[in-house]
Amino acid sequence: MPKVKIKRKGVSLDMTAMCDVGFLLLTFFILTTKFKPNEAITVDTPTSISQTKLPETDIMLIQVSKEGRVFFGIDGQYNRVAMLEKVAGEKGLQFTDRQKKAFSLMDSFGVPLSGLNSYLNMEPAERAKVEQTGIPCDSLTNELQSWVLQGRYSNPKIRIAIKGDKGADYKVIKNVINTLQDQNINRFNLVTGLEAKPKEI
Amino acid sequence: MAEMAEDGGGHDKKGKKKKKGSPRVDMTPMVDLAFLLITFFMLTTTMNKPQSMELNMPDKTEDKEQQPTKASHSLTVLLGKNDVVYWYVGTPDETKKNDALEKTDFSKDGIRKTILQQTSNMGVNEKGIPNIVVVIKAMDESKYKNMVDILDEMHITNSKRYAIVPIETVDIELTKKFDI
Repeated sequence: MPKVKIKRKGVSLDMTAMCDVGFLLLTFFILTTKFKPNEAITVDTPTSISQTKLPETDIMLIQVSKEGRVFFGIDGQYNRVAMLEKVAGEKGLQFTDRQKKAFSLMDSFGVPLSGLNSYLNMEPAERAKVEQTGIPCDSLTNELQSWVLQGRYSNPKIRIAIKGDKGADYKVIKNVINTLQDQNINRFNLVTGLEAKPKEI
Repeated sequence: MAEMAEDGGGHDKKGKKKKKGSPRVDMTPMVDLAFLLITFFMLTTTMNKPQSMELNMPDKTEDKEQQPTKASHSLTVLLGKNDVVYWYVGTPDETKKNDALEKTDFSKDGIRKTILQQTSNMGVNEKGIPNIVVVIKAMDESKYKNMVDILDEMHITNSKRYAIVPIETVDIELTKKFDI
């Protein structure tokens, strides 16, 4: 077979179109992206066939980790400060403006009230290293109850969602649900992953 | 090299004289950067919002039972440890007497089949609604996943009437017979 001689020449591609598409995609991703808040714990949610989406705003999220630690968070920085002030007033605690500011930036937290003061004094980097013990919510000391109550006062439109790890003990979930039911909250959402619906039953 | 050539592209050589200084921008670094950023944003973005399941619990403050369910129309499902499910029809005392507690699991032929079977066994009322009422009782040893799974089964089997109620000691005693 005769060798085909290819004439060497500088490959010159018109990249304008590719460039256009590239920047279009880039713009799209920059605008749609929402950075994952650095969560204090990783919660592996169970899956369900439910299709309902979780609302993005006005959410009170109660997270339960695998070991049964309870974390609490609401959205909106003003709501967080309002909630902290109300809880502090209820429990007779004092927080400085700096601590309130630090609190307003936390998506979720899992420290008991007794440790909250020193926890808020830490630098953010330091805070990430601390092993949070979770909010007590058993029948002896139920701090979750006041957080939920004051969180609801701070934002009356708030919806409550429970995000539990699939390996979490039902005992803890039961405590959380009982806490909510004591305040006559009988409707709430459970955060789940997506699972395909079985075709035949 | 990538060149922005307006006159057909690629054929003009060094020696060719150009009249106008047509823009010849080397776009390679820009494109490189753009795609690098695309990759970054694509990988960090979280597209799917989490799903959620709505849960309605029975009202604790309301004392009066609107409609007492017939014992023969209630299917009690107990969630035990290690993903085990127990079930019985009727009251726990009767079940104890007849030794009627059954053990099953979350597979397709497990609790789902039972629920469907019992739904058809118990028939429908005059409005065409199935008579069955599923009572879910979870033990402390069961996992959160079990609870979500059983609620899922309720959706799959289209059982509209179900309730999560606290477990009683008599129920726990019933399950002891499988512990041996």
